[in-house]
Amino acid sequence: MSIQFKSILELKSMLNSKTISSSELIEETFKLTKDLKDLNCFVTMNEGSAKQKAKQIDQGKYKNNSYLTGIPLGQKDLFCTEGLRTTCSSKILSNFIPPYSATVVKKLEDSGSITIGKTNMDEFAMGSSNETSFYGNVHNPWKRSYVPGGSSGGSAAAVAAGIVPASTGTDTGGSIRQPAAHCGITGMKPTYGKVSRWGMVAFASSLDQAGPLARSAEDCAIMLNEMSGHDLKDTTSLDVEHTDLLRSINNPIKGIKIGIVKEFNLNDLDSKIQEKFQDSKKLYEKLGAKFIKISLPNISASVPTYYSIAPAECSSNLSRFDGVKFGHRSRDSKDLNDLYIKSRSEGFGDEVKRRILIGTYVLSAGYYDAYYKKAQQVRRLIKNDFESAFQTVDLIMTPTSPNTAFEFGSKGAQNPVELYLEDLFTISSNLAGLPAISIPHGMVNDLPVGLQLIGNFLREDKILNAAHVFQKNSEFHLAKPSLEDF
Amino acid sequence: MTWETVIGIETHVQLSTKTKLFSRASTTFGQNPNTNVNLIDCGLPGVLPSVNKEAFYKAIRFGLAIGAEINQTSIFDRKNYFYPDLPKGYQITQMDLPIVLGGSVEIKTKEGTKIINVTRAHLEEDAGKSIHDKFDGYSAIDLNRAGTPLLEIVSEPEISSAKEAVAYMKALHQLVTFLDISDGNMSQGSLRCDANVSIKKKGETKLGTRTEIKNINSFKFIEKAINFEINRQIKELENANSITQETRLYDSIKDETRSMRSKEFANDYRYFPEPDLLPVVISDKELNKIKGTFPELPKEKLNRYVDEYKIPDSDAKILSSSKSLADFFESSLENVEDKGLLAKFLVGDISSLLNKELIEINESNLTPENISQLINLISDGTISGKIAKVILEKTWKTNARPEEIIEKEGLTQISDDKEIEKIIEQILKENSNQVEAYLAGKEKLFGFFVGQVMKLTQGKANPKAVNNILKEKLKK
Repeated sequence: MSIQFKSILELKSMLNSKTISSSELIEETFKLTKDLKDLNCFVTMNEGSAKQKAKQIDQGKYKNNSYLTGIPLGQKDLFCTEGLRTTCSSKILSNFIPPYSATVVKKLEDSGSITIGKTNMDEFAMGSSNETSFYGNVHNPWKRSYVPGGSSGGSAAAVAAGIVPASTGTDTGGSIRQPAAHCGITGMKPTYGKVSRWGMVAFASSLDQAGPLARSAEDCAIMLNEMSGHDLKDTTSLDVEHTDLLRSINNPIKGIKIGIVKEFNLNDLDSKIQEKFQDSKKLYEKLGAKFIKISLPNISASVPTYYSIAPAECSSNLSRFDGVKFGHRSRDSKDLNDLYIKSRSEGFGDEVKRRILIGTYVLSAGYYDAYYKKAQQVRRLIKNDFESAFQTVDLIMTPTSPNTAFEFGSKGAQNPVELYLEDLFTISSNLAGLPAISIPHGMVNDLPVGLQLIGNFLREDKILNAAHVFQKNSEFHLAKPSLEDF
Repeated sequence: MTWETVIGIETHVQLSTKTKLFSRASTTFGQNPNTNVNLIDCGLPGVLPSVNKEAFYKAIRFGLAIGAEINQTSIFDRKNYFYPDLPKGYQITQMDLPIVLGGSVEIKTKEGTKIINVTRAHLEEDAGKSIHDKFDGYSAIDLNRAGTPLLEIVSEPEISSAKEAVAYMKALHQLVTFLDISDGNMSQGSLRCDANVSIKKKGETKLGTRTEIKNINSFKFIEKAINFEINRQIKELENANSITQETRLYDSIKDETRSMRSKEFANDYRYFPEPDLLPVVISDKELNKIKGTFPELPKEKLNRYVDEYKIPDSDAKILSSSKSLADFFESSLENVEDKGLLAKFLVGDISSLLNKELIEINESNLTPENISQLINLISDGTISGKIAKVILEKTWKTNARPEEIIEKEGLTQISDDKEIEKIIEQILKENSNQVEAYLAGKEKLFGFFVGQVMKLTQGKANPKAVNNILKEKLKK
């Protein structure tokens, strides 16, 4: 019996009914990774340990039987995994084997899930197309010559191709939601601080947040239940009670108020994408939702604000990759300065260098006030906009991305800003620290289109409830790519 | 031309917390390289800092002691620069919102007491150490020190001579050791300073161009480095040259300062708020608890010693000026009847031994038990003051108990009058010429006879008894 395209819950019921053993499941999963090697979803495989763990589970050595026990997962290669190479898809970390695991990885593995490998991504999570990886492009399972989105492109493609039911991702400006949209799956960025950042290699610390990519909102809830929680090792993780997200997922959504952002002029989008958005709106109306126009007056500043703050933090976070302690060290340096320059020049790709340069510039004496400080002030205004919007609505609905997936090399090659605009709809929830989900809601030109729901602070429950009810009443999330090109 | 000197000092104090500022690694000094290091200290990808509140409490104690304002909300910033012993490529420090704001320190000068205002004091992490002379062709990094909490205390430019600078540093040293927030060990780098020095014509209000002398770690070097720098600047200006704003290094072997880097090549540190740490808030409850457990400061100790133990002002001043000496005094007190004698002994004989070896009493072999025993042996007449000195030197070297030393070496005082009388008679007999001279009026010779008695008894004769009996005998 094939395990491809099965959800967590489906695999779980196969395991529980002993239709399949955990070892068989893992065996099949690795077979799929080999059959679909061309997708280039994975940077490093974890075959030995994964099979060993599956065997232990079959032998009943994992007493606490959670939803995830025995379930194969992909881990984005930005999460440190003890003893398993962690590259961030960069040359500079091509030989880095962490001595510890990220809290997210540890929690998921403690719940019995099995890490099958590390998924490909944009280098250090910087990119929206997965084209910046040192380990090559990930292909979109729906169309081989198209990007999967980024930065969590490998995670999204592995789920969309049905290799694993879920993967972890990280989202700094849309890096979970945009590839989820482009690959036709469900991906969620939680509230900033809901999931510990310990062991997740930092891109922009104040924006980075880990979350799940899966085949349904329900599976995202299962993943997030295990991933979230206060962590003493991360002072920015929230010390709050994390409620079971499955509990309210089936609640009726009659009367729910959904905001449509006045400032996002959807008429500029491709007419077919507009159409999908209107169709989904109608479906929600049918399910009892009420739509309200809301205003986020400063939202148009979110892209420039983001591209000041994120590079600034990145320029500092990436300083530790200097060739001194770990990672790539240039072989022929004359002195210390030369060692720094050569190791970093050789180790980092162009997009990472570009952002380090931007970040260094906006933090420099004389420019700090005009760029970084101003950006922080605007960020505050954007946050306030959302705060007042959520006084009147439960959720805000937007497209996830202005476009469907695009062809390799077609965007950003001449002008990187073109690619930065991919993040138009997703960036603001990172700036405001708010949770948001992308769910598939149809196809345009044989490529999936994503719908975004943004929620108030720590209201993942409302988002998942609305997304799940949508999925119970539609079949978009069940669409499967033919994969005939692979 | 008469010149005036303007000095401002930045002092780095290593706080004596058990663990580091942002990790749980130990701060113990002198361990094997890279053993007091965990994931956070070596800045591995993905690690995050977590806060050690003990360091905050210690910083607050300092702030309260100098009458400063305490910022109960602390925000951290990143100071970005590349250096191999700075594992993250940035130092976590405080820029806009230091934990301690304002306050002042009193120093003693020839002209009397002077107040030096403190601009601010902030918390930051120390860097590791680069070692350049251990491996041929390579530099090595020891990260044991990386992440140790530092309190950087910035003074206003109100210090006007090298001597005042030393007095200021001594005052800080006294404060941090009394507050028990640092071991103050300068040779291990627990207290070190950067001095900003400039000169201007007398009466001129505009400050001259300053140079910064980095990382000075002894009182002696502070004085020498600053004096060298003042003279260098005077020479430059009197030769119509200008001063370059730069960082200079003091070379203690050549006794000179030399240029490290000028301002044009100075780093742009690109400070920005540390996004990995939320603001650290000290509650009123925590603050009150610190206030409630405030240690006694030198001035209060001085008054108490004089009032309670009737110790002369001059002795009390010396005892209370050093934390280790005061601690030693207080631990010895309980078992000692004659508190005055204890004080006198500590300030006199013991202090001169300490000064000779340039160490603090807690670094010596002496223990309060041994010293209180020694004082009691003097008080009850078992030994003379002179023998006490002999015993002190022995216990100084070997840590042996005074009673043991006395027993082993037979040093008990001879107080038996009859025995002393016998000895005196013998001496007078052997020195009949001197006796004659004495009786003829050469009274200075009295000391000679005492000396002879002491010589014969190896100092064990009770001096009072010797005096009395000798006087009696010489009358005849």
